[in-house]
Amino acid sequence: MSSDKSSRCERGSERSARKTVISKGRVVDPASDFDEIADLLVDEDGLIEALLPGGSAEIGDAEFIDAAGQIVAPGFVDMHVHLREPGQEYKETIASGAKSAVSGGVTSLACMANTDPVNDSAAVTRYIIEKAQEAGLANVFPIGAVSVGLRGERMAEFGEMYEAGIVAVSDDGMPVADSALMRRALEYSRMFSLPIIAHEEDCGLCQGAVMNEGATSLRLGLKGMPSAGESVMVARDIELLRAAGGKLHIAHISCAEAVEMVRVAKRQGLAVTAEAAPHHFTLDERAVEGYNTNAKMKPPLRSPRDVEAVCEGLADGTIDAIATDHAPHHRDEKACEFDCAAFGIVGLETMLPLSLELLRKGVFPLSRMIDAMSSAPARILGLDRGSLAVGRPADIVVFDPDAEWTLIASELHSKSKNTPFDNWTMRGRVTRTLVGGRSVWEQQV
Amino acid sequence: MAVSERINRHLLGLEGVSADDIEVLLDTAEALTEVSQRDVKKLPTLRGKTVVNLFLENSTRTRTSFEIAAKRLSADAVNISASGSSFSKGETLEDTARNLAAMSPDAIVVRHPYAGAARFLAEVVSCSIVNAGDGAHEHPTQALLDILTIRQHKGRLDGLKVTIVGDLLHSRVARSNLYGLKTMGAQVCLAGPPTLLPAEFEQYGVELHYDLAEAVDGADVIMMLRVQRERQDGNYFPSLDEYARYFCLDEDIVGRAKPDVIILHPGPINRGVEISSTVADGRYSVIMSQVANGVALRMAVLYQLIVPGAEGIRGSTLAATGPATGAAATGVVVADATAAGAAATGAVVADAAAAGDGEKLGAATVAMGGRDGS
Repeated sequence: MSSDKSSRCERGSERSARKTVISKGRVVDPASDFDEIADLLVDEDGLIEALLPGGSAEIGDAEFIDAAGQIVAPGFVDMHVHLREPGQEYKETIASGAKSAVSGGVTSLACMANTDPVNDSAAVTRYIIEKAQEAGLANVFPIGAVSVGLRGERMAEFGEMYEAGIVAVSDDGMPVADSALMRRALEYSRMFSLPIIAHEEDCGLCQGAVMNEGATSLRLGLKGMPSAGESVMVARDIELLRAAGGKLHIAHISCAEAVEMVRVAKRQGLAVTAEAAPHHFTLDERAVEGYNTNAKMKPPLRSPRDVEAVCEGLADGTIDAIATDHAPHHRDEKACEFDCAAFGIVGLETMLPLSLELLRKGVFPLSRMIDAMSSAPARILGLDRGSLAVGRPADIVVFDPDAEWTLIASELHSKSKNTPFDNWTMRGRVTRTLVGGRSVWEQQV
Repeated sequence: MAVSERINRHLLGLEGVSADDIEVLLDTAEALTEVSQRDVKKLPTLRGKTVVNLFLENSTRTRTSFEIAAKRLSADAVNISASGSSFSKGETLEDTARNLAAMSPDAIVVRHPYAGAARFLAEVVSCSIVNAGDGAHEHPTQALLDILTIRQHKGRLDGLKVTIVGDLLHSRVARSNLYGLKTMGAQVCLAGPPTLLPAEFEQYGVELHYDLAEAVDGADVIMMLRVQRERQDGNYFPSLDEYARYFCLDEDIVGRAKPDVIILHPGPINRGVEISSTVADGRYSVIMSQVANGVALRMAVLYQLIVPGAEGIRGSTLAATGPATGAAATGVVVADATAAGAAATGAVVADAAAAGDGEKLGAATVAMGGRDGS
């Protein structure tokens, strides 16, 4: 049951028949433990050809990219994106989402199954891949549903979807409430080595709740989701993993207790991984003040103590990956009473500067940051991405870590503008994105 | 003395509202209480102004109180309720608000099942917004009338021990009272089962009790909150019977409070659940004076928010939307008057209103009892 995920989702496409030289950038590739000023050569087939000492590469008629003073890294792999197509194209299409991705330095993304229809069949999986190829920007890797229709009852056909190209299964947006289904899914997924990405939410504890439970929810008179609404499910799934085997990936981990559980489970050698979203390490529950619907998401923004725990988890590797949970929603779904507003925010275009903020705070070094944004998610999903090793597809991001710019929500490339970071001064900007050796994004700073 | 930005145009809650602002509103209400004692219960103050009562959640007492308040100030009051409105046809709150705003009301009084709805309206429309209860968030006019009632009976607020009992978690009345009472210097004590009294209430610097008798011990004021039947479905307590066993205010418990304790309840009362009939109807109960004060207090709020350059007692200028000089143009002059004088002048105004003499009304003098007209 081997499958070559590398070639599956690429554009069929016209690559430039020229070589490319990315010159004199600081090339950071955590997967090969490389961090030097170097020239990076991309061959005519869009594969990485060589890494040479900075300034030594012969340019000839190759396309020349001056990366002096900038970072050159494996393109980011965002393993948690909602593309909304098929079914909710008014929020986002595969094409608009892919554009948003490459403008944020994301060269590969995995898209969640909660579309309409749900991606619980090979037909939907193939549709997504086809649409992504038409768009021809980022590599799009579909995630299949755990249960038919995300209803949490009958297991979806993992095998059929796997053969069509899924890289993981998840009911994200909905928790798998039935423990027996979760157990069987973990067991069955072993046939395909598919990770199960778990949206951890206890429905009873979180019923009708719209933000984190705590001092702020009490003051605002909003119903809160307690941390236990997440951690009890993380505990359950770790115990099911222990018994059933398989691979468990905790999506958008947000509370201190859950981070500690994953830390302990990893120490015990269990095949558990986790991701954190930039908003969960950047903002806390106080961002909801004033009933800001762009601070409404699931899991909710937590307490400052939880934010600290997420940062620690990223620093020590308990949390493997940074993933955005990019969740586009139409203006009208946010311009309403807080209780009625949709959960989620867009994230592809703010992932880099928000992650760099942790770097500047000393949470982790650059190599760890890039590992969390590129290598680790690729590893979790079994993609041959997230590395600059010779012979790999040239998915590359070039960014200026110090470039300052102001984020204007209306100027986002995503079709939706639901971000809590409108008018924020951002530091760090993508200047060039290459997918399969082809330049798909360029930004002057 | 100008009133703070917060009170400036909207009354969305009591969080962050200063003691000075609260006092201005209480004093204005105090001065207006006598209007309701008159034979002709009307002042021309808000003549030509329009107040929309947008009640998207059921309410009898508060809606009626606001309607009467607006009418006693001669404003045109329009009532909109959830059923039968465009709201029930799926119109968004934003669209409802924009449509109402297009008809140029001077104030919208809003009651809404969701927290933050009043603030949302204030961001969408340009007229004054009065929060008449938004979900479990705030109900500032209820708290102000409670505080007014306490002040009338106790002569002060500073240093009083006020015990609030019941479903604190879901109570907008409790939140607004917490802010207002703490700002005015009262000591606040909360009592209820732990399910309805989460530890996060400690952020307000109040005492938390799960034992009613302990909480009531030495209290100057006891404020009972309504307990909703739905809460037993959420397993906040096993049954209303068991709730009553531990949190029903009866004569014995009242005996633990100060001898001159007063008892408030925002209504509607569940007799035998949170309060026994003997206590509700007993000599400590000031529930009916709360209701009476409700009208005066809401008159004061509408007056202070709507009238440009409205002046409070003590000569304070409550700049609303225009400069203080606008006061003369709108025919509102606050005179320095004694309480007796106010009644006399007010009566003249009321007569003019009854006679429908527009010219005279335009220059009508509204007298309100004041302390030091400077």
